[in-house]
Amino acid sequence: MPENNPKTILLSQMSVGQKGVIHEFAVESDDCEQIEEMGVTPGEAVEVVRYAPLGDPIEIKVRGYLLSLRKEEADRIEVRLSA
Amino acid sequence: MSSVNTSTQQEPTIRTIVLAGNPNSGKTTLFNAFTKLRQKVGNYPGVTVEKKSGTLVLAKDRVVNVIDLPGTYSLAVRSPDEQIARDVLLGKLSDTPRPDVVVCVVDAGNLERNLYLVSQIQDLGLPMVIALNMMDEVERQGREIDVAKLSKRLGVPIIPTIANQNKGIDELTDLLANGVKAQYQRGWRMAPDLEEEVEHLVRLLVNHEKMHQQEAFAEALVLLSLGQKLKNEEKAISAKRFYKEELISQIKVIQERFKAKGLRARTAAIEARYDWIKVVLKDCIRDKHKKGPDLTDQLDAVLTHKFWGWICFLGIMAFMFYMIFTIATYPMDWIDFGFSKLGEWASAIIPEGVLRDLVVNGIIAGVGGVVIFLPQILILFLFIGLLQDTGYMARAAFIMDRVMSKVGLHGKSFIPLLSSFACAIPGIMSARTIESPKDRLVTVMVAPLMSCSARLPVYAIMIAVLMPAATSFQKAGIMLLMYLIGIIGACAMAALFKKTLLRSQKPVFIMELPPYRLPSWKAVVIHMWERSKLFLKRAGTFILAMSIVLWALMSYPKHSVEDTSEAVKHSFAGQMGSLIEPVIKPLGYDWRIGIGLIGSFAAREVFVSTMSIVFNVGEDAKEETLRESFQSAAWPDGRPLFTPLVCLSLMVFYIFALQCVSTIAVVYRETNSWQWPLFQFVYMAILAYLASLVVYQGGRLIGFY
Repeated sequence: MPENNPKTILLSQMSVGQKGVIHEFAVESDDCEQIEEMGVTPGEAVEVVRYAPLGDPIEIKVRGYLLSLRKEEADRIEVRLSA
Repeated sequence: MSSVNTSTQQEPTIRTIVLAGNPNSGKTTLFNAFTKLRQKVGNYPGVTVEKKSGTLVLAKDRVVNVIDLPGTYSLAVRSPDEQIARDVLLGKLSDTPRPDVVVCVVDAGNLERNLYLVSQIQDLGLPMVIALNMMDEVERQGREIDVAKLSKRLGVPIIPTIANQNKGIDELTDLLANGVKAQYQRGWRMAPDLEEEVEHLVRLLVNHEKMHQQEAFAEALVLLSLGQKLKNEEKAISAKRFYKEELISQIKVIQERFKAKGLRARTAAIEARYDWIKVVLKDCIRDKHKKGPDLTDQLDAVLTHKFWGWICFLGIMAFMFYMIFTIATYPMDWIDFGFSKLGEWASAIIPEGVLRDLVVNGIIAGVGGVVIFLPQILILFLFIGLLQDTGYMARAAFIMDRVMSKVGLHGKSFIPLLSSFACAIPGIMSARTIESPKDRLVTVMVAPLMSCSARLPVYAIMIAVLMPAATSFQKAGIMLLMYLIGIIGACAMAALFKKTLLRSQKPVFIMELPPYRLPSWKAVVIHMWERSKLFLKRAGTFILAMSIVLWALMSYPKHSVEDTSEAVKHSFAGQMGSLIEPVIKPLGYDWRIGIGLIGSFAAREVFVSTMSIVFNVGEDAKEETLRESFQSAAWPDGRPLFTPLVCLSLMVFYIFALQCVSTIAVVYRETNSWQWPLFQFVYMAILAYLASLVVYQGGRLIGFY
């Protein structure tokens, strides 16, 4: 069961270079759609590329391209870490 | 070109082609390649979305319209851009015919996400061609795309292109000339339960709203995805989309059913599309050889670095301003020279009298005073275009977002606000890169608070009067203070607007960081030219009218005395100055400064020349002459007029007041209403008055004079 997976953390807590698979949106909201439309969908691989110089926003690699989102948004996305 | 109908053997006949695609997919480059320079820029009716259209020569005697849709990631109706893109594709806009063919421009280096929009457009049932652009980047990524296979799997003809090298354009044109047929079978499927409900909703829409099948399907997906919003914005949706109560309540029933079953209807279609894309691409893309070092990665390691990132950022910004304030002064001098020569020439051929006065002092001087900013605007747009085309703009927003979010703004608001230090006009025009309409409006509303270059002459003369003996270091300090007050004011007002008037559901900050690319000079130059043309045309007509009005205020009613300062005193402007004296006296100003304020409405730097006339030192007086007459100016009771406190109060007034007709004209154009420029003028006037009042009265209270 993925719910019991101890390695599920929030995207905003990942460190640079860490990879994982998007598990689900922790909070359902109107914004989830907009994020999903950019290709950040459950089951998709994601990698944290870097944080902005002031620590926010966060830059991720998803579906082969670079996307940035605020920590506030990343707080809602749960990721299963790759081994 | 009336003989378009001769090509009857062509089936179906193409009249309108639409270019659709994601931002950064090279759509505009392709548009430029298609239309050469046969293009025009306007606005879609009722909104501020830019409408770019042009013509393409398909074959001899076959000229078709090409419309460049705003670049979007999706056709969901979240932003005005997406709404327009969708409406154009569905043929819902009265001034735009439904397209006969859609050319989807797809970034081959970023296929997965680009195909998402393709899949949405396919659902609308229009004949489609894919321009698989930037094929050279695929090579660099070490990958290979099986174009024939991809075309077959998607059911869409595909032409590989490299638009910025003009490759593939002829093939694409030939394909369009031969006609494209709609042939599409939806490849993606949601869960059977969901499919059933969508089917149900489609039938409702077809029956009740007389939509055709494809439109109803696309609409059904949007309606289901509206979720929470359908409850809250029921009215807005029903008004905008003209749905009957009955239909809306049925949609709600369906949504309730989903909830009960635990189905995530809102994102189901998104996930189903992406799943399908993944399957399609699996067969069509393969890694050819090991990928070389990634240029974007290497550049970002420096440009978004904790330390070097800031250095580069400051360096680029400093260089931009250096260019604006140094290089631009040469053409500005030429324009100044040109207009004064034009004035002399007009004086020579028009007999002395009202007409000559109107032409020389009203029209030529007034329009010249605004056109002089054209070089700065051009250079700014050159930089903005380059920053955008290379991909650095997104990095600047990435770096600055944390700072901007403190006042509730988006990282993308930074460049428009920064540009406003040179001139608010390009700043306001470049706010178009901000997707959220409310964020864009807040940025436009506060941009003129940034001290633009037209304030410099006013600050300079005031500082000269304020502290004639000061070192240039101290003077620079005061100047810097003025800029800082403007920045603080802009931040405070932005935060205030975001909390009150323009409060919105916090928009999501998600921004693509496109790969770094070499800029297309052609696109940058076209961009510069378009912006400048808009400035000259739109603002020009308005400025011309205002110049004449202000000239009339200063010159009428005519006074017999030869003394120009006496004449000004008796003019309408002079009377207005006297009229507003009681209002501006608490700020420390008399009627003469009042005239300066009224004159400055055309453009701030006019203050200096207006004051020269009022104090009768001649319009082209040297700064020292004017300074001396300022220093000896006094109230009727002998108190000096320009005390340090008055100078300071006046400078603060100039920071905050919106004394610029060009800005008002541009804000009118950008917001498509008189309400916003009017509001802006009023709020800034109140702000200016209050701030100057606090400075003057507060200063007196603590013992200054």
